[in-house]
Amino acid sequence: MSFMDKLKTRFKKTEETEEVSTKYKEGMKKSRNSFSGKINDLIARYRKVDEEFFEELEEVLIAADTGVMTVMDLIDELKMEVKRQNIKDTKDIKDVISEKLVEIYYGDDDEEVETLNLKENELSVILVVGVNGVGKTTSIGKLAYQLKQEGKRVVLAAGDTFRAGAIEQLEIWGERADVDVIKQGPGSDPAAVIYDGIKAAKSREADVLICDTAGRLQNKVNLMNELTKVKRVIEREVPGAPHEVLLVLDATTGQNALNQAKTFSEATNVSGIVLTKLDGTAKGGIVLAIRNELQIPVKFVGLGEQVEDLQKFDAHAFVYGLFADMLEEA
Amino acid sequence: MAFEGLADRLQGTIKRITGKGKVSEQDVKEMTREVRLALLEADVNFKVVKQLINRIKERAVGQEVMESLTPGQQVIKVVKEELTELMGGEQSKIAASDRPPTVIMMAGLQGAGKTTTVGKLAAHLRKNHNRKPLLAAADIYRPAAIQQLETLGKQLDMPVFSIGTEANPVDIAKKAIEKAKEEHYDYVIIDTAGRLHVDEDLMDELAQIKTAVTPDEIFLVVDAMTGQDAVNVAESFNEQLDVTGVVLTKLDGDTRGGAALSIKAVTGKPIKFAGMGEKLDQLEAFHPERMASRILGMGDVLSLIEKAQTNVDEKQAKDLEEKMRTMSFTFDDFLEQMGQVKNMGPLDELMAMIPGSGKMKGLKNAQLDEKQLVHVEAIIQSMTKKERQDPGLMNASRKKRIAKGSGTSVSQVNRLLKQFDEMKKMMKQMTNMQKGKKGKGMNLPFM
Repeated sequence: MSFMDKLKTRFKKTEETEEVSTKYKEGMKKSRNSFSGKINDLIARYRKVDEEFFEELEEVLIAADTGVMTVMDLIDELKMEVKRQNIKDTKDIKDVISEKLVEIYYGDDDEEVETLNLKENELSVILVVGVNGVGKTTSIGKLAYQLKQEGKRVVLAAGDTFRAGAIEQLEIWGERADVDVIKQGPGSDPAAVIYDGIKAAKSREADVLICDTAGRLQNKVNLMNELTKVKRVIEREVPGAPHEVLLVLDATTGQNALNQAKTFSEATNVSGIVLTKLDGTAKGGIVLAIRNELQIPVKFVGLGEQVEDLQKFDAHAFVYGLFADMLEEA
Repeated sequence: MAFEGLADRLQGTIKRITGKGKVSEQDVKEMTREVRLALLEADVNFKVVKQLINRIKERAVGQEVMESLTPGQQVIKVVKEELTELMGGEQSKIAASDRPPTVIMMAGLQGAGKTTTVGKLAAHLRKNHNRKPLLAAADIYRPAAIQQLETLGKQLDMPVFSIGTEANPVDIAKKAIEKAKEEHYDYVIIDTAGRLHVDEDLMDELAQIKTAVTPDEIFLVVDAMTGQDAVNVAESFNEQLDVTGVVLTKLDGDTRGGAALSIKAVTGKPIKFAGMGEKLDQLEAFHPERMASRILGMGDVLSLIEKAQTNVDEKQAKDLEEKMRTMSFTFDDFLEQMGQVKNMGPLDELMAMIPGSGKMKGLKNAQLDEKQLVHVEAIIQSMTKKERQDPGLMNASRKKRIAKGSGTSVSQVNRLLKQFDEMKKMMKQMTNMQKGKKGKGMNLPFM
């Protein structure tokens, strides 16, 4: 069975995955049109697999913000593979391309959907970090809503005490999701707010505490130290916490996302990524490089403004979304 | 890390060809390949890169580079010239209408920094142009967006016009302008909700606001970290609104900012301002040439010099030069220098501006923590006057006392003494070098 067939059957297995793949297809329609459209163009235009073909393929991948070095490595590997399998017709290379892309993401790991690491019957703490304007507070709102729908008792801590209106923004999300928000005034110490949040979550016997933090650019040493301090407070107050440190990345971000992942990881040991704003034309290809270089998996993707538009990430679905046109034609 | 400046990238090729009498076409091909990778890593859109590379190749294969003694430097020069030209001249003027109020409208994706930029522009208009702006809150969608603008208004002590989230953004804009006319504000800055460029309904709403109030300026706000998609975003917004200028935000981060080039290339509209921090006075005029250096990873020397000039006392600098020459630089002078460097701003910010600082591994690992400076300060302050003048006096018991007094360890004291000694040697070399040249070189206090 070819790789593409495997993907197809995988998505026909259950209704649930069907639904997921539909969501992806809708949310990523724009990305898909341009990306796989281009690959199809490419394959139609170039019958032969030659230098020119690879050059153009390289551009298609770079246009998706896949890391430049990742693309270069991929192209090298593809060239080798083409030689090894003696592929001459571009039609035969489709399989190899998508296979390699999924391989970049997973490396040698088992291919599985990475879900949130939450404890049963005891408090789990999720710390949410990222640069300014990526959608931390919105993602928290959506996540809180979903966890609450699953029957979990959720508390939010308004740790962004810096940005104007940030506390109010989280409070509105708290109302929408019908969960408690623990806050102090603007300008107060974020570590103290988080501490209050932990106390409140414990006394209210909450299942999950989600901690918001102020957006910060990763090259601000003092602000990154502040984040480390917040994490230390969580570690001290709840053994084994934080159970998740989620880095929120904007899909429109280019190569700098790799720097973000690296530096935030150093400060807080990031355990997963939330890739937001994937409903535009940006493709967020940089997550392939991040997973490949730093072994940080994507756990959620933001595919729209509605609460239910925060979806669990599935690399196969991600690639499926990118390649859907090609699959359907094949 | 994947990020290397163009100069670093070209190192290898240059090394190979120095000493060769002539640069071959193959050499040029290799160099342009490195240029291409450097630009792509800086997030310049690949189509823009392609055009640039063709132009650069033409010039490089021509006499300009091939016959130069320093082909590597020459390539960098050509690339930089091309980038600077594409980026256009400096333009940070804001329109002023004959019939006030002048209307400024903001547009952009979610999270680009529109609301913060509204606050910064208002502060800029008041401080540098002595104007009286009214801020209009037309983002009715994002939770607490209006509160955010109102808070900024309070911080600036400036009025914010808002009629809640039930009103229509077009009406909000119209009514804000009516109010501005009645109460004699000379500017109205309209904050709008962030939206995706593919969201037809919301894009249409912006067009409606534009038709209703005919703004004098429409600023597209773009995050400097944006990747390849910057061209799509800029193109769509520009097509829909015919923007008058661009504000590039979050440039105080460590992104190369190739998006700037992409946006300029597809819209042809000037980038007028750069957001350089979270504080409301951190909006600066955009300097295309400096941006070109930054994209190429060549550091922002001009900004650094400018900072040094505004913060370093002329006379003190002269004294220092004299001391460097005569080797009479003491720990007291060192302390004074540190004070001046601190005035220039956060250290990591300064370091990022120095060319090649990305490559100096030692510097990166040293982690430019301001706390380390505090330690150094404490050590020097724990020295006696005599010791500060003459570090040769140091012996074990003095070092012990200093370590105790400053709350550090003897090894830290030793390290500082050693560094100070090396610095003095380096200063001597530098001043000797300068004597040989005409005019003064860069005179930075901490180098």
